[in-house]
Amino acid sequence: MAFWVDKHRPKDLAKLDYHKEMAARLKQLVAAGDFPHLLIYGPSGAGKRTRIQCTLQELYGPGAAKLRLDRSSFEAPSGKKLEINLICSNYHIIMTPSDVGIYDRVVVQEVIKNMAQTQPLESHAQKRFKVIVLLEVDKLTREAQHALRRTMEKYSSVCRLILCCQSISKVIPPVQSRCLPIRVAAPSNEEIAVILQQVAKKEDNPITEHDAMTIAEKTGGNLRRAVLALETFCVHKNNVSIDKAPLEPDWELFVKETASVILLEQSPNALMEVRGRLYELLAHCIPPTLILKRLYFHLLHSCDASIKRAVTEAVGDCDYNLSVGSKAIFHLEAFVARFMSIYKRFLEGALGDFN
Amino acid sequence: MDSFLKKTEKAAPRGKKEDVAEKPLLPWVEKYRPKTVDDVACQGNVIAVLKSCLQGQDLPNLLFYGPPGTGKTSSILALTRQIFGPDIYRDRVLELNASDERGIQVIREKVKRFAQFSVSDVTPSGKHCPPFKVVILDEADSMTRAAQAALRRTMESESKTTRFCLICNYVSSIIEPITSRCAKFRFQPLTNEMQKERLISISQSENVQIDPAAMDMLINCSEGDLRRAINCLQSASLLRVGESSVTVGDIFEVCRIVDPELVAQFFSTCKKGKHELLENLVLKVERNAYSAYQLMIQLHDQLVSSEEIDNQTKSRILYKLAMCERRILEGSDEALQLMDFGTVAISLLRE
Repeated sequence: MAFWVDKHRPKDLAKLDYHKEMAARLKQLVAAGDFPHLLIYGPSGAGKRTRIQCTLQELYGPGAAKLRLDRSSFEAPSGKKLEINLICSNYHIIMTPSDVGIYDRVVVQEVIKNMAQTQPLESHAQKRFKVIVLLEVDKLTREAQHALRRTMEKYSSVCRLILCCQSISKVIPPVQSRCLPIRVAAPSNEEIAVILQQVAKKEDNPITEHDAMTIAEKTGGNLRRAVLALETFCVHKNNVSIDKAPLEPDWELFVKETASVILLEQSPNALMEVRGRLYELLAHCIPPTLILKRLYFHLLHSCDASIKRAVTEAVGDCDYNLSVGSKAIFHLEAFVARFMSIYKRFLEGALGDFN
Repeated sequence: MDSFLKKTEKAAPRGKKEDVAEKPLLPWVEKYRPKTVDDVACQGNVIAVLKSCLQGQDLPNLLFYGPPGTGKTSSILALTRQIFGPDIYRDRVLELNASDERGIQVIREKVKRFAQFSVSDVTPSGKHCPPFKVVILDEADSMTRAAQAALRRTMESESKTTRFCLICNYVSSIIEPITSRCAKFRFQPLTNEMQKERLISISQSENVQIDPAAMDMLINCSEGDLRRAINCLQSASLLRVGESSVTVGDIFEVCRIVDPELVAQFFSTCKKGKHELLENLVLKVERNAYSAYQLMIQLHDQLVSSEEIDNQTKSRILYKLAMCERRILEGSDEALQLMDFGTVAISLLRE
């Protein structure tokens, strides 16, 4: 049994549920024949990959949906062997080059060159180019982005790129200027609620508008999480009401509890306990930046306005240190220690005034 | 550039054979690149010197520098094409884009080997031409110091047969021994009138209707960078539905400009002093996929031009803005850095 999130994903540009004007533009782009390089960006869960898949379907027909998994090997200049998974059809390749860390430049150049050497099948009937989809382009190193810029120019007659990322700030301007930018904003809560009710109806499990709106608000504009939460809620619907349903993933609840531990006591023993909890989160492969962000917002809601500036400056510092350092636990724990210091000083100050 | 044109020319007959009315994609920035030195817009001093080089048949080592999109690469390509003609262009001109070939090995292998071949002063078709070759190093800012140092000796020893042209944005990134061996030419940003003239000409050639307000917005967004303006115009024309005009909204989308209402809302939110409102606004920016870097640029412009805020407060806010901008470019989380900047702005702007 497939997840509802995959089962009810639109497979055609005409069937998309929101951003219909953008879908019309993409359809016209495909029909025009001059298909440019695309740069599709937007937050997580907004429908970027769905739109990419629908565009490929429009370009190449149903053959674009017959995918296989290839495991390719490359050799870095230092002799190290690299392996990466490529999702392939007869017409396109989907890959995430940042999986190989700092050797992404080699992978990007080699895959595009190999692709460019072969002409597409049935080239008399279809487009004369192939498509390479690069995911998480904002995580590429600068060297890889520079190499990408050169490579996409060199092979643009036989190969088109679709770049997909969340944050366009981290893509270098030369690459941005060679692509057509497609901004996929997150759907509004009302749009998500409508989609949730449609999905629930198709699954013979109708829900009320109030329930749908509650799920939409809890998941913050992420349609993937909303549909997953809907499926979870429908499983338990007969037993619990919407207010008590577990709509958030485990790690979110764990971060919330960690914030409560920090607010409850500010001492070296409490810091030790929080460190253990942070290690637990990191061991489950939650990205450190995401941990810091969720923790910060939970703590911000619980502290006084007078110390919010100090807390926010602390999180700004620690976030920057996270991005340039390599041991995430150091910087996460530093933030917790700084928050405890600020918070405790504030509490003692208030107590002193009371005395 | 030349090989790109040849590829597209070969592709066209194949298209006709297959009875597919599909034109190969040629970006407008390449299609409308100046073909002769006279066509390069708005760089009068540079063009005058290059023309005299054309007449005199002697050419010094060249160093072109200036902002992006001002015609540096176009000038040298047009110059070399006029000097050598299309027949021997490939033999006489080596073009390296330093952004992906910038190590010391490239200088030792490609450049030195190319420079060491001797050349005659008569083309196979009997026409007279200068007895030297040209090496174009585009994006020379990205060359490593070691590669630049390796280039010094080559420039000296091969000066009889080879001329070098380095193209970069900042002359300070080229080491002093090389700059002293080159004739320096500064390319100025293009004026708005010149850009408008070029863009109108291109839009007429491509049958693209564009609103006057959209044209002005396009010129403002590109800030003297004609390449960016042409790219955005082409992107905007692709995104039109049917044959309608290009509107201001289209320009916002392809230039990735943040909605000006949101920018104004940011500072008015900071003046209210409520952190919850700031948090909602930051999450709204994130949900709409706006670039935090672009938002900071627009916040900076609005802050500098604002008359309600005194200079002391402006300087403190701008200091924080610079710090957060650097962090974003180095890979920090955008929402957290926007919150950091916003809370400082709240404490300084609160009424």
